[in-house]
Amino acid sequence: MTATTHDTHDAHHHGPPPGFFKRWLFTTNHKDLGVLYMLFGLLMFFVGGAMAMVIRAELFQPGLNLVDPHFFNQMTTMHALVMIFGAVMPAFTGLANWLIPVQIGAPDMALPRINNWAFWLLPAGFVLLLATLFLPGGAPAGGWTMYPPLVLQLGDSFPFLIFAVHILGISSIMGSINIVATILNMRAPGMTLMKMPLFVWAWLITAFLIVAVMPVLAGAVTMLLTDQYFGTSFFSAAGGGDPVMFQHIFWFFGHPEVYILILPAFGIVSAIIPTFARKPLFGYSSMVYATASIAFLSFIVWGHHMFTVGMPLAGQLFFMYATMLVAVPTGVKIFNWMATMWQGSMTFETPMLFSIAFVLLFTIGGLSGVMLALAPVDLQYHDTYFVVAHFHYVLVTGAVFSIMAAVYFWLPKWTGNMYDEKLGKWHFWLSTITVNVLFFPQHFLGLAGMPRRIPDYAVQFAEFNMISSIGGFAFGLSQLLFVYIIVKCVRGGEKATSEVWEGARGLEWTLPSPAPYHTFETPPVVK
Amino acid sequence: MTDDTGYHGRSGGRTAAKMALVAVGMFGFGFAMVPAYQVFCEVTGFNGFVSNEASAGPGDVEFDPDRKVTVEFVATVNGSQPWTFRPKQSRMEVTPGELYTAYFVAENQYEGSTVSQIIPSVAPGTAGRHFKKTECFCFTEQRFAGSEQRDMPVTFFVDPALSERTQTVTLSYTLFDIRDGELPDYDEEAAELHAGAPQSAD
Repeated sequence: MTATTHDTHDAHHHGPPPGFFKRWLFTTNHKDLGVLYMLFGLLMFFVGGAMAMVIRAELFQPGLNLVDPHFFNQMTTMHALVMIFGAVMPAFTGLANWLIPVQIGAPDMALPRINNWAFWLLPAGFVLLLATLFLPGGAPAGGWTMYPPLVLQLGDSFPFLIFAVHILGISSIMGSINIVATILNMRAPGMTLMKMPLFVWAWLITAFLIVAVMPVLAGAVTMLLTDQYFGTSFFSAAGGGDPVMFQHIFWFFGHPEVYILILPAFGIVSAIIPTFARKPLFGYSSMVYATASIAFLSFIVWGHHMFTVGMPLAGQLFFMYATMLVAVPTGVKIFNWMATMWQGSMTFETPMLFSIAFVLLFTIGGLSGVMLALAPVDLQYHDTYFVVAHFHYVLVTGAVFSIMAAVYFWLPKWTGNMYDEKLGKWHFWLSTITVNVLFFPQHFLGLAGMPRRIPDYAVQFAEFNMISSIGGFAFGLSQLLFVYIIVKCVRGGEKATSEVWEGARGLEWTLPSPAPYHTFETPPVVK
Repeated sequence: MTDDTGYHGRSGGRTAAKMALVAVGMFGFGFAMVPAYQVFCEVTGFNGFVSNEASAGPGDVEFDPDRKVTVEFVATVNGSQPWTFRPKQSRMEVTPGELYTAYFVAENQYEGSTVSQIIPSVAPGTAGRHFKKTECFCFTEQRFAGSEQRDMPVTFFVDPALSERTQTVTLSYTLFDIRDGELPDYDEEAAELHAGAPQSAD
């Protein structure tokens, strides 16, 4: 692929507008908004992380030690909401904003003003959500899944929760519509769909998932709202409704949602592994079809979250087999990444280390997922720490590791400086070791029967909980190093070349580092 | 920009409008799941769906007089409301096709009058369609005077079409206090501990 750059620009389009507020508050530039999204994600990563630290501190030893049980429940609930809607989704959207236009040779996103609006709704939504911590009765404490009738007993925080979810939903829907419009309309000449980088493909599919399911969540929480304040009985058995129906509607959203949190990660490692293996990605088109298949399957497997509600045998069998089917396209992907590395001239810079750890540790999470898919086994595992271990392997060592890999991979392109490789490796090894100390013992706790979302536990679980908490504190502290490395890289460092990585392929690497404020105002020609 | 595979420069407004339409449609789909769910449960009998309306008697269907099915009775009060609610008999041996009557006792422990709605459910779920009630206190709202205790009958039969594999059917009732207005202060502290926050009961 080659790019032709023209050096004739409109005079007033050279750089960002002057003034801090004008630049950041009103910006419609995809790179600025990408940065804002990622910084917001990083901030929320630490807010949600602080909540996780409270949880692990309380669970360090059996007994009620530090916080009262009601506050503990607020922490588990808010940790999930903050991490899902505040950290991982905005970080991925930020990466999409920054990278998709430069990867497809577009000058900006298709709808720049919508882009600005979508971002600024996020802080608004989180002000609403986090403000509940200071309300009498505290923050939502019924679990992030918002099951009625429990969620209806929240008190003052209930309407805040509902409207925060509405706002965050609108934000992510607008962001996704923008991404679809950009990818389908703004590609450079010659950039056919099947030439797009996999990150772009993964995000195109993710955006469709978001547009399809976020409105369903919005509908479900609206029903909760009317049940509480307007006398409807969608989920109240007393009025002819059914609380189990909420679970059906919620998980119809919820399962695609967990793939929204992982598909962009697949795109990221599909960019990084070929670069450092110095080989083209193995099975590009099978990767595209596998991603699309996973997205399709995500709509018909929601029942596996509900095996214990008293579902009839036929339902259990259907959801069990459909869920196990997800392992097939996922297996194709794992195979392709390994085949890409096979006989490659690999080097192990930090982004590659995080990507390899992603493949390995995400697979562990995938395999525990297959175990949970088995209805008869799930009756034992349901709502135990085994589930907690499973989804933290796919979300922390999966989604979060991929985001870290992406930051290290593209940071030189964003800042023009190389990050400190030595510190990056330190960050990688500290994170990878501690995250396993943190989450691996939770498998054993779950198999031994420790339920999730409890502030106290039987003494036989003490050792593994203490190990897990130590891992948790160490993992949390290690992330401060991540911030330090980013700050250090922004401030200076070895100058990056435009290619940055030997063997990097794609339009973004034809741009100088740091990439200018406006890029591809004249489309590149893709051959 | 005349290249037929590249679209550089198109505004994307039309795509955005179509996607917005999908979003609005899916919002509606979430609500459409409510009646769809009811119909699905009614048709398949999944989820222990039980009709809350009177059915006709067993009529002249043929049945095996020697067949026996155990019916178990369970009664629960929703939330921490000031009620006692229990079945008078914990189980009955019934012959599918014949009519039986069972009694439940409810007592309003609050001093004022109140209204309750009692909701049935049947386990296993697949038996729900075959458990028929000709008369039941659950069909209508039940009004209770302060501290009133009352026996309430349910007349039912098990449809002989019930699968031979089902030996035991559990009939479970949940009592919901649906009076308007505020909760009585029967034990505010306990209620707050339970819910973590004040709750309204409508």
